[in-house]
Formats: sequence, structure tokens, C-alpha cells
Amino acid sequence: MQRIGVFVCHCGTNIAATVDVKAVAEALSHESGVVISQEYQYMCSEAGQNLIKDSIKEYGLTGVVVCSCSPRMHENTFRKAAAAAGLNPYLVEIANIREQCSWIHKDIATATEKAIILGKAAIAKVHLNAPLTAGESPVAKRALVIGGGIAGIQTALDIAEAGFEVDIVEKEATIGGKMAQIDKTFPTLDCAACILTPKMVEASQNELITIHSYSEVSAVKGFVGNFTVTIKKKTRFVDETKCTGCGLCTEACPMKKVPNAFNLGLDNRSAIYIPFAQAVPKVATIDPNYCLKLKGGTVKEKVCGKCAAACTVGAINYHQQDEYIEQKYGAIIVATGFNPIKLDKYDEFAYNQCPDVVTSLELERLMNAAGPNGGTLLRPSDKTHPHKIVFVQCVGSRCDDSKGKPYCSKICCMYTAKHAMLIREKYPDTEVYVFYIDVRTPGKNFDEFYRRAVEQYNVHYIKGMVGKVTPKADGTIDVQASDLLSNEQLHIDADMVVLATAIEPDKTARPLATMLTTQMDTNDFFTEAHAKLRPVESATAGIFLSGACQGPKDIPETVAQASAAASKAIGLLVKNSITCNPCVAHSNELMCNGCSACEKVCPYGAITYQDKEFRMPDRTTAIRRVASVNPAVCQGCGACTVACPSGAMDLNGFSNSQIMAEVDAICK
Amino acid sequence: MQEAIISKAKQLLADGTVNRVIGWKKGEFAYDITPAIFESAEEIDAEFVYDDFTSANVSKYLVKESKKEGKILAFLKPCDTYSLNQLTKEHRVNRDNIYVVGIPSDGKLDAEKIKAKGITGIIGVERNGDTLKINTIYGEETMPVSEAMSNKCLSCKSKKHVTYDELIGEDGEVIESDRFDMVEKLENMTSQERYDFWKNELSKCIRCNACRNVCPACTCENCVFDNPDSGIQNKAASDSFEENMFHIIRAFHVAGRCTDCGECSRVCPQNIPLHLLNRKFIKDINSLYGEYQAGEDTTSRAPLNDYTQDDCEASIVHERGVE
Repeated sequence: MQRIGVFVCHCGTNIAATVDVKAVAEALSHESGVVISQEYQYMCSEAGQNLIKDSIKEYGLTGVVVCSCSPRMHENTFRKAAAAAGLNPYLVEIANIREQCSWIHKDIATATEKAIILGKAAIAKVHLNAPLTAGESPVAKRALVIGGGIAGIQTALDIAEAGFEVDIVEKEATIGGKMAQIDKTFPTLDCAACILTPKMVEASQNELITIHSYSEVSAVKGFVGNFTVTIKKKTRFVDETKCTGCGLCTEACPMKKVPNAFNLGLDNRSAIYIPFAQAVPKVATIDPNYCLKLKGGTVKEKVCGKCAAACTVGAINYHQQDEYIEQKYGAIIVATGFNPIKLDKYDEFAYNQCPDVVTSLELERLMNAAGPNGGTLLRPSDKTHPHKIVFVQCVGSRCDDSKGKPYCSKICCMYTAKHAMLIREKYPDTEVYVFYIDVRTPGKNFDEFYRRAVEQYNVHYIKGMVGKVTPKADGTIDVQASDLLSNEQLHIDADMVVLATAIEPDKTARPLATMLTTQMDTNDFFTEAHAKLRPVESATAGIFLSGACQGPKDIPETVAQASAAASKAIGLLVKNSITCNPCVAHSNELMCNGCSACEKVCPYGAITYQDKEFRMPDRTTAIRRVASVNPAVCQGCGACTVACPSGAMDLNGFSNSQIMAEVDAICK
Repeated sequence: MQEAIISKAKQLLADGTVNRVIGWKKGEFAYDITPAIFESAEEIDAEFVYDDFTSANVSKYLVKESKKEGKILAFLKPCDTYSLNQLTKEHRVNRDNIYVVGIPSDGKLDAEKIKAKGITGIIGVERNGDTLKINTIYGEETMPVSEAMSNKCLSCKSKKHVTYDELIGEDGEVIESDRFDMVEKLENMTSQERYDFWKNELSKCIRCNACRNVCPACTCENCVFDNPDSGIQNKAASDSFEENMFHIIRAFHVAGRCTDCGECSRVCPQNIPLHLLNRKFIKDINSLYGEYQAGEDTTSRAPLNDYTQDDCEASIVHERGVE
């Protein structure tokens, strides 16, 4: 006979204000098998836990039901309390009467009734609970960082600092990411390259860090502590071990009309290229879409080979193939970063019609000493100095239509103030207008910075949105806007327009999230395990989040989060083994049809099939194909139990019969 | 056709390609043709039948038969080949142990429809164009063939064999069918009308399990309805409509796997149109996840066992009222 204890938590007034906890405890005391039913102000407190421990001993409980908050909050607390009192921790069930009851109801009678029903369901389930024992699995002492921007670099450096090997996978030919493209940084106006490139060099020189540039993650298997990742090293047609980065090949290359991606297509580069002077690794890469020899046009082009002829170390290899590396990792840190959105849908800003309408990132390149104009701000169309520049804030941010993003991109207010200030500083004859909805400057020294732009540099900040941007025949641009404070319609004859373009997660993030079985929000930002208390962990164990892949961030925030993600990863890597989840699936071989439905839906590859000999009910022997689950790989998601047509697949702790018992209890 | 099939069976037995043949023989009446295994030319000569009443799909028998020693010859109509493919995909049959001869089908007759015309004592039929000549112990009767055609053949979806080792006659094509018309009619009913329709139909169920036993998708080693741990095992029904749960659960279990062979409704002694439940699932799967025909091949992922990023969230689509 079961001896079940029920413990109803008030959670201060969180539960008790909406649920009559005394009535719940009283009602549940009459359920079959319940020998003790109590309520207490805070079950999670030391005293509350002792109540549970003492009751287990005093009444010889075989099962415990705690009616409290979500199991994500305190299931572990109560399991440990039970274990301390000698009860198997998996004989504890939580009835969530806070998040799923008291918080969402106003009427006490209804909420109380529901809390009782939820309690009954948990009691029905605990009747069928079986003691489970958790196993252990080893931790691979190596971390993978996906993305080599400032977030990925910082995370890798910190993990290496703790003495663990760490690999960076970067899809571009160099690490550095967006920060490498930025000219100056707010609020101190120091040069981005000057503070980033030392970190890039540090990463490349660190013996514990391996950089896989021009590579991508192509498959992820396994689970926390034991991921097996396949990395695709895309062919760059250059032997990385031989190339010295001297650049002779880029000079020899006859194909010079390739849009330079690093300068956002504002100038051209050769088909064989090194993205920028401080690239890490400083190795040339051939762009097969433009290389005359690889693309193969005329007979003359096919025999090109000029880069190979120029190379003094014989690093060029036109026959190089993609290479696949398989490596085991204990932890994976996602640092895939962001991109400005495409502005195709914003015809009103004439971005696609007029070369002098640019995005803010393009302006960074236009102003950068390594940019297309050597650091002199010139209009892309006619290479003349602009004398009137209009900045448009919130282009695609804070949008309630489908064109843009609903969120604030967070960094635009500050970098626009920076741009305006730098331009006024360097070219005092230039008039600068900024159209804004609000100026948002929370952050250390941020508001002071913005005020300097307005007060010292006389940047014209105008509250209002730009309605239409029209390129005119004389080369100027008509900017039509409204000034909301003076309630006027304005026309400004600008020489340049800069759009503070919304940022969005990199396009590679979504397929990566699928591979990693991590969650994303509707904007494709990775979802953290808890919005407030676990901001750098994903909900999938062993996967951590670093930088703007989790949400818009400026550089100091990105670096802070990168280090936080690193410390979480280090906390995992220092362990020799981790406790496994015993709530895993198992197959009843006598019922299994071998149909492979479970194998197909298993996201972890935990299910395999084997032909086994069975003694059949009719006393014959048959060889049958049956499923078996690898408990070390299974994460207990339960997809297989739903797919199984015969009910052969079942989940420890959440068996089909337990779920049915809960449903029955609720429907009674 | 019967002669061609018999001679093919004897030939393949004689040359050792197979050691058994699964075909059909007469039952108690001329119109109840039953699947049967033949091991020799003599047995075939004595009993093998293939005629207008030979409806039974023999694919399911191959689950057991294909695991025995030696190859077995199976004559499959186009619709039957879809069932065999589905079973191959689910690793339920050993396809290597089966020699499939595809045979054409121009639609099978439903003796119940003939009897409903008051024609009894049937001893044989002859098709003459659109006219069906029925020999009975009381003399000769005629009726249009279309009125005697079985329902599953009236809404035939394909004359194409999707798997075979050899064909007798020409292979046909996948054809346009009106098989979802009745489903649409049901969808357009009010929920009360629909409930009444199913209550009327499913209350007739005597839970003989014929539908489950004949269904080529129901090949579980141990059916959930026979599993005491499942919580839904057999018990006496407390009211006449309780069996609705049996049929709904069964329809869910074969969802995405049902090839729409129509055997469930054909064998139902109470004439419940069970295939409509399955067709509703097929129609929904087609509209939510794109056209999919179970059993069309042996490798594709079934929509309900697969996930792609473009997958719609069925409940959301329903909520928004988007088809």
C-alpha cells in the first residue's frame, strides 16, 4: 500500500492569495494512499524542507507530492530533501499550483478547485512512480565556440585561460566579426581595430585555442559533456600551413572586380584575397565564384594560374577539397552574432536607388582608414565631400509591421551619436541632422556622450520620422520628414543619408539551433534558459550563449556575456563526470514492431535496432527486429513514446500509464 | 486473367523461383473468396480462384509468410502494392523473400450490393461491358456493373503498381479520384450533424475486430487494445457508442501510414464507412504538410514522423481558419 505525503506551499502570498491552501491540503488528504497532507508558508525554506524530511521518516512515506511552483524552480530542492530522508528522489512529484494556477487566476474558488485537481493528478501519478537511479557520464575536456567575433574570441580566451582546449569555428576567412569592420567605439571613441586585433592575435597565439576559419558546423550529435561535432572546413584552395600571408598572389590576380565583402561592396578586391591587413589567420582564400581559373570561362581564363605562379611557397592548390573534422566536446558556446537587415522592403528610403543612401555599417567603412576612401568621408556616388548629412534612426527597428523587427536594436542611438560627433569633429563645415523616435542611452557614460553630441557638437536632433527620401537630378537628396515637436513638415537637401538599420541574428543561427536542439524566439534570437537568472545558458544542457546571438548588445555587454558564458562552460569542463538524467526511454522488446518510427523522430540518435532471437507465445523461435535505447544519449524528450504505434516505447518517470493516470484524475 | 495467373504461378513454382504461392480460393459461397497458400501445381489447379469477387489484399499475410523459409509468390493488385511498400518501409516484411507479380484490376464487385437488389443464391457472375450477368440458383439476373462495384473500387486512386518483380498485363497510372468528396461533405456539416452521423455509424459496431485484423497497417506484435498496461485494453462497452474510442484511436495509430486500401470498410459486417476516418487524416496531412501517399515508396519520411522548418503548426493553422 502506498503511503503518500502531500505538502501544499503558500509561497508567501504568491499562491495563498488566490488559492485556499488549507482547503487544498484538506481535500487532498482524502485521496487514496495519502497519509499526511499539510500546508506551510514556504516549502522551499529550510523549515519547509525539514517538514518533508520529518514526515518521510515519521510516516514511512513511499511517495511525496509537493503542490508549489513550477518543477523548473524547486523540483531539485525537494528531490534532494527526499533523498536526504532516505526516499528515492524520483518518488517526488510536483503539482504546479503557482505558474499554472494561482498566477493566472483571479477567482479564489476557481483557483482552489484547479489546485485540488492538479494535486489529484500528481497523486495519481506518484502512485505509479518507480525509484530511479541516475548514472554518470564522462565530460570531454574541450569546448567548441561557434562564431569568431568579439564574443567568440573573448569566450575562447577565457576558457583557454582556465586551461581547457577550445576550438573556434568561424564561417568567414578571418576571425574578428563585425567589430573588425567598425571604425571607432562608443562612448570612448577609441579605434575598434586597436582594441580588437590584440585579442585576435592572442587567440591565434594561444596554444590551447584552435581556429577553424572558413569553416562551419555541419553536424552535432550527443549531449552535454559528450558532443560529437563535425566541422566542415571549406576549401580555400590555399594550403593554410604553407601560406605566409605575403599578399603577392592578390597583386598577381587579374580578376580585380570582386565586390569587397569586408568593405560591404563599397570597393573591389581580387578573386584571391586576404580580407584585411590584420586578418587572423592571415591566409589567402580564393573566391571560386570569381576566380577565372576555377570558374572557367574562356580557354585563356582556364589556364590563368597567376596566383600559383606568384606564390613563393607553393601554397595554392586548385584541387583542394572540403575537409571534414570530427571532434568531441564537453561544452558548446554559440556566438553567431548579428547582421544588419536587408533594406529591400524600404523603398521610401531609396537605399536601392541612390548610392549616397548608406547603412550605418557602410558609413563605418567609409570613415575607416582601411576603408574604400582611406578614411576620408566621401560620397560613394561622386567622391565629393558631403556637407549635409541626415541620419535616420530606427530603420526596421521597433516596427509593428512585417517589414521590420518588433524589437529595439539597442546599439543604434549610441553609434549614431558617435557618427554625428565624429563627422562634426573632423568636418566642422558639415551639418548633421538626426531623426529619432526616442533617444535611448542607458549605460555607463552613455547619456553624457549623447549630450556632448547635441550640446558641444551642435548635431541637430529632430524628433520625428523621415517619410520619404528622393534622389534628385542635381545629385542632392530630398529628405522629407516631420518635426513632431514643432509640428512642421521639413524638406532637407541632403548630400548623404545614413540609415540606422535594425540588426537581426545571423542567418546561420536557425539551422544551427536545429542541430543543437536549442530554442529560439520568433526573431531567431537564441532563448536563454531563464530570462533573468540563467541568461547565458540555453535550455539545452551544455549549450551556452555568447553575444548578440541571444539579443541585441553593444560591445561591453557582449564581452561581459562572453566571459559569463565561458565561466559557465568552465564550470562544466572542470567536472570529470556529470550525473545523467534517469528519466530516459526504454523499449519493451516483446511489443516492439521494429518499424523505425521512434528512430526517425529521435533528435539525439539514441535509438538503434538489432535483430534478436525471441521465444514466441506459440513456442516457436523467431528473429525479430527490435529497438534499443542508449540511455547515455537519450535526453528523455519522449518523442519516441508518442511515435510508437504499439506503445512498446515508454519513458521512465513519465510512463504512458502515469500520463493516463494524470489525465484520468483531471477528468474525473 | 485467372488462367494467366495460374500458369504464371505454376511456372514460378516449377522453376524454383518460389516455393509457395499466396492467392485465393473459394469460400462457402461463390462470392466469398478467401486468401490461401498453395504449395503445388495440383493444389493450384484444384482451388486457385481469381475473379470479380477477389478483393482481399494479401499483403498483410506476408508479414508472417515472408519470414518463413524460401520465397513466396504474391499476386498483388495495384492498391495492394501500396500496402506492401508501406510494410517494407516499416521493416514488417522481408521484401527479399517475396516475389511480387503485379496483376491489373478493373474493379471488384460487392456481393452485398447485388444481394441488396433482391438477387440471392449467386453462383457466378459474368461481366459484359456495363452489364453484369448474375447466375443464381433461381436463374439468370442482370444489373449495371457500376451498381455492383465495391465502394473502394469506385473511388480507386491508382492503377499503378508501386512495387513488383514482374507484371501481368500493362501497368496503369495514378488516377484522379473523388475519394475525398464524402470527407468534404462531413467537414461541411455542423458539429452536431457530424456527431450524429458518427454516432449512428459507430453505434453499429459489434467490436468484431475485423477491421483491425484485415488492416495492413495494423500489424503490431501486440495491439494496444490487447495490452493491459495501455489503459485502453478490451473491456465490455458500457454503452453502444463507446466503441467510437476504439475507432478513433485506431485511426490515429494508422495516421500517416494508412494507404487508403479500403479493406476496413470492405470487411465490416455492419457496413460502417470506417475508411472515412482514415481519409480525413490523409486529407488533412495533404493540406497541412503537402501531398503524401503512404506506401508510394519505401524510403520517404512520413510527414507525421518528420520535421522540417517549413512545417506548419496544425493547431495554429486551424485557429486562424487558414486552409
